[in-house]
Amino acid sequence: MKTEYRGNIHQRQKELMTSWYARLESAQAVAMMISGNCVELLEAFGLVPFYPEINALQLAIRHQSLEPILVAEEMGYAADNCAYVKADVGAWLKGITPTGHPLPRPALVLCNFVGCNTYVKWFEHTAEFTGAPLYVLDVPFLRGDEPTEAAVTYVVKQLQEVIARLETISGIRFDIDRLREATGYAAETEELWSKIKRLCQNTPAPFDAYFDAITLMGPLYVYRATREGVEFFRAAYEEIAQKVARHEGVYDDERFRIVVEGPPPYSHFRNFRDMFAKWKAVAVASTYSTVGGLWEFGFRHDPDHPLESIARHMLEHNVTNRNYLQRYDQIERYVREWNADAIVIHFVKSCRLFSAGQGDMRDYFTKERDVPTLYIESDLEDPRYFSEAQIKNRVDAFFEALEHRKLAGSRLPVAGNR
Amino acid sequence: MADVLTRCEELITDVDFNSVKAWKESHQGGKVIGYFPVYAPVEIIHASGALPISIHGAGDRLDLQYADSRFGSFICSICKTTLELGLTNRLRDFDGLLFTSICDVARNLCFVMKRNFPSMYVDFIHLPHNCPSDAAAEFLAADYDRVRWELQKLTGRRADDDALRHSIEVYNINRSLTADLYALRSREPHLLSTYELYLLVRAGDLMPVEEHNQLLTEARERMERPARPRDSIRVVIEGAFCEQPPLDLIKLIEAAGCYIVEDDFTLGRRWFRHAVPTEGDPLRALAEAYVKDAVYSSVRHDGERSRVDGLIEKVRRNKADAVLSFIAKFCEPAYFDYVLFKREMERVGIPHLLLEFEEKLFTFDRAQMEIETFVESLLFV
Ligand code: SF4
Ligand code: SF4
Repeated sequence: MKTEYRGNIHQRQKELMTSWYARLESAQAVAMMISGNCVELLEAFGLVPFYPEINALQLAIRHQSLEPILVAEEMGYAADNCAYVKADVGAWLKGITPTGHPLPRPALVLCNFVGCNTYVKWFEHTAEFTGAPLYVLDVPFLRGDEPTEAAVTYVVKQLQEVIARLETISGIRFDIDRLREATGYAAETEELWSKIKRLCQNTPAPFDAYFDAITLMGPLYVYRATREGVEFFRAAYEEIAQKVARHEGVYDDERFRIVVEGPPPYSHFRNFRDMFAKWKAVAVASTYSTVGGLWEFGFRHDPDHPLESIARHMLEHNVTNRNYLQRYDQIERYVREWNADAIVIHFVKSCRLFSAGQGDMRDYFTKERDVPTLYIESDLEDPRYFSEAQIKNRVDAFFEALEHRKLAGSRLPVAGNR
Repeated sequence: MADVLTRCEELITDVDFNSVKAWKESHQGGKVIGYFPVYAPVEIIHASGALPISIHGAGDRLDLQYADSRFGSFICSICKTTLELGLTNRLRDFDGLLFTSICDVARNLCFVMKRNFPSMYVDFIHLPHNCPSDAAAEFLAADYDRVRWELQKLTGRRADDDALRHSIEVYNINRSLTADLYALRSREPHLLSTYELYLLVRAGDLMPVEEHNQLLTEARERMERPARPRDSIRVVIEGAFCEQPPLDLIKLIEAAGCYIVEDDFTLGRRWFRHAVPTEGDPLRALAEAYVKDAVYSSVRHDGERSRVDGLIEKVRRNKADAVLSFIAKFCEPAYFDYVLFKREMERVGIPHLLLEFEEKLFTFDRAQMEIETFVESLLFV
């Protein structure tokens, strides 16, 4: 079943990402992680961000991930290491790339450690295998509601150290006005992206905030701080808003509205999506679409305080650096404000940041919040952990029960959520 | 000596924390703070008048009834058994729990504990990963100050600078006594087995530091005994810094012909290379020591290649013949480091063996065979 949204923005997204890959070959690249990324800083130096995660997920989508994973395991990586890392390292060492073109040797490996401890290991290994210099930008984890002043100061001071490195790499002196311009574009993009996400509060939802959102996430991380990015997201907003005006949805006769927690199984992306399409279940919100930044609740980069706002973005406004209970709150807000029927938790074996404790999350939502919750396990990169028949059974059983519950209009327990 | 060791073993294997209960009974209003491995600034807890107790899960002493479904597959056992201790009401004598930024699993566990035990003080210290940066110690000192304040709210006693200096002194003594025993074992491993050393040191996780200092001093005095060296290889154990292996497995490694001359069991008890200074601002001194004077560890980034070089140096310093990579199942920080360690060990020609363990491991046949084969290949080939 063809379900994904294919409008002009889809075409434009492809062009943008192709031109990014092309730039990677010619310009100086800085390797960085998606979560809470500080792409604004690179933009101020005209440096190109290079995200190994995009590389890894592209390999999985194209069914090319198993070979490099096996290469990595041969070297001593464990079955239980994050498969993103294994695919990336294996691919680098074997020269396997999603586009067929060689990937750059980064001028700097900038580990914007935001929440995920595996990042530190991953980038230590990238530095080791590529021979590129490494800087670990340590972002204290968010314990309370807000970061402490000491945490903000710590991150700002490190950003200044990064700036000194970027000056050396690029041969350009740091210009605060260029950074203000980049954060200004970012703020505009973030505003548009938030408005796009809010469009899913309509019924029917005009796009799928899990599966389709991923298409938009590439430009969001690569182009957020540029004029092209702003233009792309403005066009996207207009196109999707028109769909809403015409009452067009992913499914015009949408049956279920879900919130999805956890990354997708990229190696079986299509099949996984079809399992939900069968039930006309649309994701109206997802936590995965907030790894790079959580903007729908109001945060924007601030051109008047560029460094501090970059620090606050990394510290506070992305799902990975927020604590586990804040994630419960985020999901709860989605359920309420986006008017969802259920939560789908996708436990990803590779990713303990997302997955460790998701059983407790399910316990909380089913027992204390009475929200039907489906829990399924596979992986985001390693095709060996996707048991298609088993997952499909669970999905079917869940939506059958959910349908029953909706018809009965009652709060019957939903099978499949235990 | 045997009686001391028996007492230590009882303490370590008691999942009901009877010793904590007894301490509370004899210290009216006293507070107990549990901390999760690998390292915690125990001096701050101590100076606040509370008793710091290290919680290392429940080993093989507890069946999982509740925690398994909360944490799912592919997660290390220490996290699950720690949660199980709570869900079965065994942490009832604890007033607070401290976690640190060692890995994603421990971090999420911190907040799951917070939700499930709302009456407890549960906190998280972010230990820096950018030790080369000048800003790291300043940040950490500020975070320590925050924790000091939280502890004061709990205990009603402020860890002022003098109290902190005193606590640093007491723990410096503890670290130095521990280091002496480690040095003795490395020098003359036939005089002190790792099993014994492990019991003596780990018991310190579960008792007041003053008592532990006394215990270590007495043990050292009673240690002179005739013993003959046997045919064994000298190995360094690397990778068991958080979840702890079953005690029998440690015995087995020794019985299979290994002198363990260095290890990273309960690494937090030997975290600093030198005594922490007692002059100046004590919180700053503790933070500086973390950032600049800590041993290398898989749960911290402290500069490029420092751990790989650290392991090789450790092997040389202890004149070890081989490395035993001894890793808790599903422990990602250890697995990742293993890749770079292995690469370097192969480059410089250090023999090594990878062995996985879990808290609940009841049959050791395979492990025994692997270790024996490994030892034989080094002793007789
Ligand atoms: S553990 Fe999760 S967040 Fe971290 S690199 Fe792997 S997939 Fe990404
Ligand atoms: S055993 Fe490893 S993975 Fe588990 S909590 Fe400890 S450091 Fe984290």
